[in-house]
Amino acid sequence: MKMDDDAPVIYGLEFQARALTAQTAETDAIRFLVGTQSLKFDNQIHIIDFDDENNMINKSVLLHDAGEIWHISGSPADKAVLTTCYSKTSENRVLTCAAVWRMPPEWESGSHESPDDSSNNPQTLELLCHLDNTAHGSVACVLWEPLGDGKRVISLAENHVLLWDLQESSTKATISSTATLEGKGQLKFTAGKWSPHHNSTQLVTANDTAIRGWDLRSMSQIYCIENAHGQLVRDLDFNPNKQYYLASCGDDCKVKFWDVRHINEPVKCLEEHSHWVWSVRYNHSHDQLLLTGSSDSRVILSNMVSISSEPFGHLVDDDDLSDNEENQQEDKGKEPLQDSIIATYEEHEDSVYAVEWSAADPWLFASLSYDGRLVINRVPRALKYRILL
Amino acid sequence: GDGDLPSATTPPDSDPTGRRRVHSMLKLYYGLNEEGTAAEQAESLDPCDINGPHFDPEVYLNKLRKDCSLCELMDHESCMVKQIRSLDSDMQTLVYENYNKFISATDTIRKMKNDFKKMEDEMDCLSANMAAITEFSARISGTLQDQHAQITKLSGVHTLLRKLQFLFELPARLNKCLELQAYAQAVSAHRRARCVLQQYSHMPSFRGIQDDCHVIMEQLAQQLRQKFRDGGSSAKDLSECVELLLQLDEPAEELCDKFLSHAQSRLEADLQGLEAELKDSAFTDTGGGSVQKTSPGSNPISPSSSSVINPFLSPTAGTDILEFIDRGCNEFVSSLCLVIASYQELFINRPQEGELASKNIPEMANGKLHVFVDTLAARYFSLVERRIQEEKGVGDNSLLVRALDRFHRRLQAITKLLPGSAVPSHGTEIVVRAARERIKQYLSALQTFYHDSLTDVRQALAAPRLAVGGASASGGGVTSKDATPSLPELLTSLSNFILNQLKSVLASVHLFTAKDITFSNKPYFKGEFCSQGVREGLVVSFIKFICQSSRQYCESAGDRGGSTPPALLLLLSRLCLDYETSTISYILTLTDEQFLVQHHTPVTPVTALCAEAREAAQKLLNHYVKVQGLIISQMLRKSVETRDWVNTIEPRNVRAVMKRVVEDTTSIDVQVGLLYEEGVRKAHSSDSSKRTFSVYSSSRQQIRYAPSYTPSAPMDTNLLSNIHKLFSERIDIFSPVEFNKVSVLTGIIKISLKTFLECVRIRTFGRYGLQQIQVDCHYLQMYLWRFVSDENLVHFLLDEIVGSAAHRCLDPSPMEQSVIEVICERG
Repeated sequence: MKMDDDAPVIYGLEFQARALTAQTAETDAIRFLVGTQSLKFDNQIHIIDFDDENNMINKSVLLHDAGEIWHISGSPADKAVLTTCYSKTSENRVLTCAAVWRMPPEWESGSHESPDDSSNNPQTLELLCHLDNTAHGSVACVLWEPLGDGKRVISLAENHVLLWDLQESSTKATISSTATLEGKGQLKFTAGKWSPHHNSTQLVTANDTAIRGWDLRSMSQIYCIENAHGQLVRDLDFNPNKQYYLASCGDDCKVKFWDVRHINEPVKCLEEHSHWVWSVRYNHSHDQLLLTGSSDSRVILSNMVSISSEPFGHLVDDDDLSDNEENQQEDKGKEPLQDSIIATYEEHEDSVYAVEWSAADPWLFASLSYDGRLVINRVPRALKYRILL
Repeated sequence: GDGDLPSATTPPDSDPTGRRRVHSMLKLYYGLNEEGTAAEQAESLDPCDINGPHFDPEVYLNKLRKDCSLCELMDHESCMVKQIRSLDSDMQTLVYENYNKFISATDTIRKMKNDFKKMEDEMDCLSANMAAITEFSARISGTLQDQHAQITKLSGVHTLLRKLQFLFELPARLNKCLELQAYAQAVSAHRRARCVLQQYSHMPSFRGIQDDCHVIMEQLAQQLRQKFRDGGSSAKDLSECVELLLQLDEPAEELCDKFLSHAQSRLEADLQGLEAELKDSAFTDTGGGSVQKTSPGSNPISPSSSSVINPFLSPTAGTDILEFIDRGCNEFVSSLCLVIASYQELFINRPQEGELASKNIPEMANGKLHVFVDTLAARYFSLVERRIQEEKGVGDNSLLVRALDRFHRRLQAITKLLPGSAVPSHGTEIVVRAARERIKQYLSALQTFYHDSLTDVRQALAAPRLAVGGASASGGGVTSKDATPSLPELLTSLSNFILNQLKSVLASVHLFTAKDITFSNKPYFKGEFCSQGVREGLVVSFIKFICQSSRQYCESAGDRGGSTPPALLLLLSRLCLDYETSTISYILTLTDEQFLVQHHTPVTPVTALCAEAREAAQKLLNHYVKVQGLIISQMLRKSVETRDWVNTIEPRNVRAVMKRVVEDTTSIDVQVGLLYEEGVRKAHSSDSSKRTFSVYSSSRQQIRYAPSYTPSAPMDTNLLSNIHKLFSERIDIFSPVEFNKVSVLTGIIKISLKTFLECVRIRTFGRYGLQQIQVDCHYLQMYLWRFVSDENLVHFLLDEIVGSAAHRCLDPSPMEQSVIEVICERG
């Protein structure tokens, strides 16, 4: 338990990057996937393994030669399977496509043998199938069914919601249903999130300043929050423990919290960033912890206790109560919990486009800035203990 | 010749003492004692003192012989001889004088003896005569005794007869009195006879008389009651009436009740009159009314009287409040006072006589009176309050104050008449409530006024467009003077307008504390009214309101650029800043001076208000920057997002949107410059217009991304840019700005360019796309550097944009710098 355990760990990529995801199916190792953006060189997927014990990073690189990566997402069922959205240039036309990939089985062992070799001759991802339908236009993102068996994904392309079934070990993708957003002007989805609640039958999308909820069974709109943000909505996330709660962020520098049953007013609004907020993520276990990344180059960790599933702090079990009376007295002495900014992380020097919590360690998160810098941080120890104890 | 010798004499006595001794001896002789003698005797115990009583010639002689020489003895002897001689002559004179006196005294005594003898004879004669007279007198009274007894008896009978006659005539007399309405006489006559009649009522004749009288008196009482009830009669008549009735054993309580109920009916009529008026005025409340405001003729934001019902116009009701109160005072209050006075005259202050005294009428009557007055006054007050509440128009306060003053003043009469009454204090409470209400009304009127003024400003801003846009950079705000008012004009007129309005309100409210107003010396008006009411409730609240409503402009307008015109935000921010720097302290000083506020209760300090105003100003200015930045951002974003940057043609011109950005920035610069000072720029090279830029573009820019075009060194870009960032400060995009033009413009440009950068980063560019960005950025650089505090900031952001575009370029072959310059020169 050294003090510098809380110090950030920084990893630099050679390329610019926007795409970051935790390896969702991996619950033992702390592992993040980063997709690079380069128009001139072959793009890569960096597999960042964080060694918690030694506070060290082990990286492996896989080649993604299909194009620069705009979005990356790991399968919840198979840790070797992932999707990317990448741009492909053909005949002076840039189109963003999506595909399901499998990491080669040897990557892990290969990286350990000799790092030089692996970086010199990186292995290539194995293409499982394309989620292409050029008729639908550029893909903004691909969403896996949360907690699912890795057989259903949704892609958001321009103004279409496409629900895919992956068959034959994900080597074949067929569209099972679609929905289209109709309206004036050129509508385009910018972000989306598949709800882990309601048996994974709900989806939320963002286009321009509006947030929409969809029912996947009927592929129809459930609700719509017009002008949810003053400007473009950049990202969304569901509260993992409260089924109607949702966070959104956007170009008005704000983070808003919504109860989708009462969409007229946000439940809460944060305005801590000094530029557009590009990414918002609830902690998977402790939903009072909220991570935001912004083009002001900052990452902010907030403690939103008042609207969390544990508004009164950690609920004490009956066993604990009977344990001893000292505990009770301590509880009484505790000041009421208040929403607060826990920390502002300033390790980035360029716009931060993605933040992610680790799938394995709920107290650890990574953030990625455009200049290719990946920073791994921990929730401050004091807060961690306050939440746990 | 005096007794004492001048020099040679040895006697110890000095001259005046010696003389005194002679006198005292004489006095002693004549029996006149003197206090000083004892001392002198004590003093003269010396046997050598020739004048002392214990003088011993032997001793004296021996002493002389012993002490003195012969010559001295000779002298002494001659001196002694001289003294003896003088004493002898003195004695002779005295003897003569006294002898004469004795002679004359003897003569007088002899004469008196003769006179007394004569008097004695006369006295004897007198006593003899007196004896004779006594004898005669005794004889006369003896003879007259019988007759005298008879006469006495006769006179007694006469009196009795006269009394009887009176009794017998009584009915007739009473009737007569009744006819003549001489009630007082009748009652007094009856009262005289009543006891007798009562006493002899067992005798039939008297009984008859009594019955007759009874009937008549009953009739009389009836008439009196009737008269009392009619009430048409004067107070004096009435008082007589009551007096008589009381004498006729009418129960006082009943009389009080009757009197009061009678008075009540009349007072009710007054009250109903008032109430009717109240209803009338309620119906006829609407109406044109004259404009009270002295609006400066050409003032651009004089509240448009057509659009809103200006609260400063006084409503022309049926009657104004002064008339109403006047009527109330003249009719109701004065009648009430009359009633109280006459009632007190009748029942309370009347001399207590006879049996009436025992009934303790005054106490009972007083109780009734209080209840009566309280009930009626309560109704009166409720009417007055209703009327006061109708006084919504805050145009002319003097009328209300005068009305309240009159109201209050007239109630003082009741204090004098009815010392213990709660009515005047209730009246004061009403005045206090009215004053409180008034302050609230003024506050809301001020607030409405402020809103209206802002609406007018809005319209003035919206109308034929503030000429700055068209006037372009060189023109400035000067050109816009003729057509529409410029921002500074709007600001000054708005600020003056508010200030004047506030002053006039203060003046109006000040009326409450004027010296000639009776209630102004009440503790409320001396203390709480000034501090909690006017200062806190009115002035401070209004200032807070301005700040709050200003802040609301920032919050409501959050979505989609908002509905508030940016110029208004700017103007309000300047207004708040002016308030912070001077206006607030001016207003509060003015208030404190005018109202001599003694702060017994804690009041909002000036500094707190100033801080609030500053915060509002800051918020407004930040919001202004945000809104303006957003407008330009939107233009840039649309221009980047909608274009196909891969398949674009070779740039020949700067894109129109960039010109628009520069134009808009320029007009914003002018706009801000109208209200805010220039501010400081970071020192830059002597003339940084083009030269600096060319330096920038030729050296730094090329160094910056030239290597990245060569595929051999892919990492350099990142490295360079990272090193660059390492040494440059972090730029906060939406950060608070300072209160000056440069800072505002810097904020706006930062926001715009950052948007540009972020938009570029999500597009992919072809060769010409990159070149177009190069041209655009160069153009922006040419014009934007002059607006910001630190031109390096613009350089840096534009560098980033071009760098990012180069990165996002499929075929990064940049345009020649000279070509870029030519294109940009061409415009």
